[in-house]
Amino acid sequence: MRNVVALTQRELAANFLSPVAYIVALAFLVASGHFFLADTLVPGREASLRPMFDSMAQILVFAIPLLTMRVLSEEFSTGTIETLMTAPVSDIEVVTSKFLGVLLFYASLLLTTLIHVGLLIYFGGGDFPAILLAYAGMLLLGALFVAVGVFSSSVTRYQLLAALLGMGILSILTFVVDQLGRWRGGAWRTVLSYVNVLGQFEDFSKGLFDSSAIVFFITGTLFFLFLAVKSLESHRWR
Amino acid sequence: MIHVQNLTKDYGDRRAIDGISFHISEGEIVGFLGPNGAGKTTTIRILTCYMPATSGTATVGGHDVFTESMAVRRIIGYLPENVPIYPQMRVREYLHFRGKLHGLDRSARQAAIRRVAELCWLGDFIDRPIYQLSKGMRQRVGLADALLHDPKVLILDEPTVGLDPTQIRETRNLIKELAKRHTVMLSSHILPEVEATCQRTIIIAGGRIAASGSPDELKERIRGGSRLIVEMTGPAPEVTSAIESITGVKNVQATSSNGWNRLIVETTRERDPREDIFRVAANRNWTLRELRPEVASLEEFFIQITAQQATGQRAAGRGREVA
Ligand SMILES: Nc1ncnc2c1ncn2[C@@H]1O[C@H](COP(=O)(O)OP(=O)(O)O)[C@@H](O)[C@H]1O
Ligand SMILES: [Mg+2]
Repeated sequence: MRNVVALTQRELAANFLSPVAYIVALAFLVASGHFFLADTLVPGREASLRPMFDSMAQILVFAIPLLTMRVLSEEFSTGTIETLMTAPVSDIEVVTSKFLGVLLFYASLLLTTLIHVGLLIYFGGGDFPAILLAYAGMLLLGALFVAVGVFSSSVTRYQLLAALLGMGILSILTFVVDQLGRWRGGAWRTVLSYVNVLGQFEDFSKGLFDSSAIVFFITGTLFFLFLAVKSLESHRWR
Repeated sequence: MIHVQNLTKDYGDRRAIDGISFHISEGEIVGFLGPNGAGKTTTIRILTCYMPATSGTATVGGHDVFTESMAVRRIIGYLPENVPIYPQMRVREYLHFRGKLHGLDRSARQAAIRRVAELCWLGDFIDRPIYQLSKGMRQRVGLADALLHDPKVLILDEPTVGLDPTQIRETRNLIKELAKRHTVMLSSHILPEVEATCQRTIIIAGGRIAASGSPDELKERIRGGSRLIVEMTGPAPEVTSAIESITGVKNVQATSSNGWNRLIVETTRERDPREDIFRVAANRNWTLRELRPEVASLEEFFIQITAQQATGQRAAGRGREVA
């Protein structure tokens, strides 16, 4: 546990020193501001943050892999992974810290959108429990996306490849299954809509409490972290 | 302290090390010498638990590197070949981070950092970011990191590569100093380096152990089966046959010019025939003006061994394997 704290601190610091992370952060702020102004702060519209959250979820498909691409790929390409994997630290601790480092960075970005919540309340709108749920949903969604990104970074020493792979997997779990679900019926549709991350996320942004969606995000996150640990272990055998 | 039994490692279908065995006792300082591509880094990476062997076993401090990896990692201080360190971090910050991974609390870390900063002369740049440091400074930071938790065993992969001559001398002195407190294994492809710092040398070539022993033992081994240079007068065929009949002489090559025979006498290891050669010359009244062992240098021995390995004559190496 102490190892995880030490490693996560380093990860967080590395994120805050990474130019890519700043570009992603800037894009995140601009986009959330834009969606807030265009979809929520419009006279006559329902005073809800839902459109903002739904749009942000889609943007994260591309934003999060840019944050996670360096976590392991960079260590492989510079060789620092050797100092890490010969220190008395388990592979699980390494992966967990990589995950937490980016997740905390993402959470700090998410905190900046509280400005919009403030504005919403100032203009007299906002359903507080619904907003809380939406944030919980954004966090769970972010966790799953970061786990996918960490896994993608664990398979290659090339950051660009890691980013593309992450975006590919996340696109499949969102846009692709969504499209397929429209064409297929019956059992297929049930399966496809279950793995549709954006569909699972909708309940949160609508303000509905759905425990099966929580289970979905948590198991999905753990599954990809497990894959990342296995992939890191397999590096030792190459 | 380090026991290696029949260690083999394949990368895909390329065999990097092939059944090597050796051991290093507590307190020893041992050089692991071999040309590039010999398998030094591969062996070291197995010992430091970076990667598992394909077959064979290795233990460090009594712990198996594969099944008790955490215990091994705790007692090893490791300086990897290219000294990979996070460039954005400051030296002190990096050492704190590494200290935490070794479970040192704040005050223990501060004491440890003070100790290694002094040992490795980090004073001037301990608060600078690592990307600003020269190769020599980075090497010292890597060494400081390896020493932070006061490990029983220090494993240094080519610790002086890329340093200038002054830094090389300083680093060698430091390593010798460290050997008083730690068991040290250092790899190198430079013979004089190992000769200057180590009590014992393990020579590896082509993924096999080619020889092992102290520099003197290795020299003795060469000299043992070595050659004498003899110059004397006398009729060439008679001189040659007279010398050849001496016990301890394996073979004689003679060249003659201006009445002098220059003989290269190959001797066996068991017996030194120099006195007999003198007596033969005295009895026959041949004038002897030179009689000396041809002292092969360790350098020659090293080149010879590694050349043998490289051309695939591996049998010689296999026969000489020494624990
Ligand atoms: N990761 C790797 N993949 C494939 N081959 C490798 C790898 N690392 C080393 N080798 C090969 O294994 C052999 C031994 O390499 P190495 O242990 O690095 O030698 P040394 O450190 O003595 O120079 C070389 O032929 C090298 O090309
Ligand atoms: Mg090497």
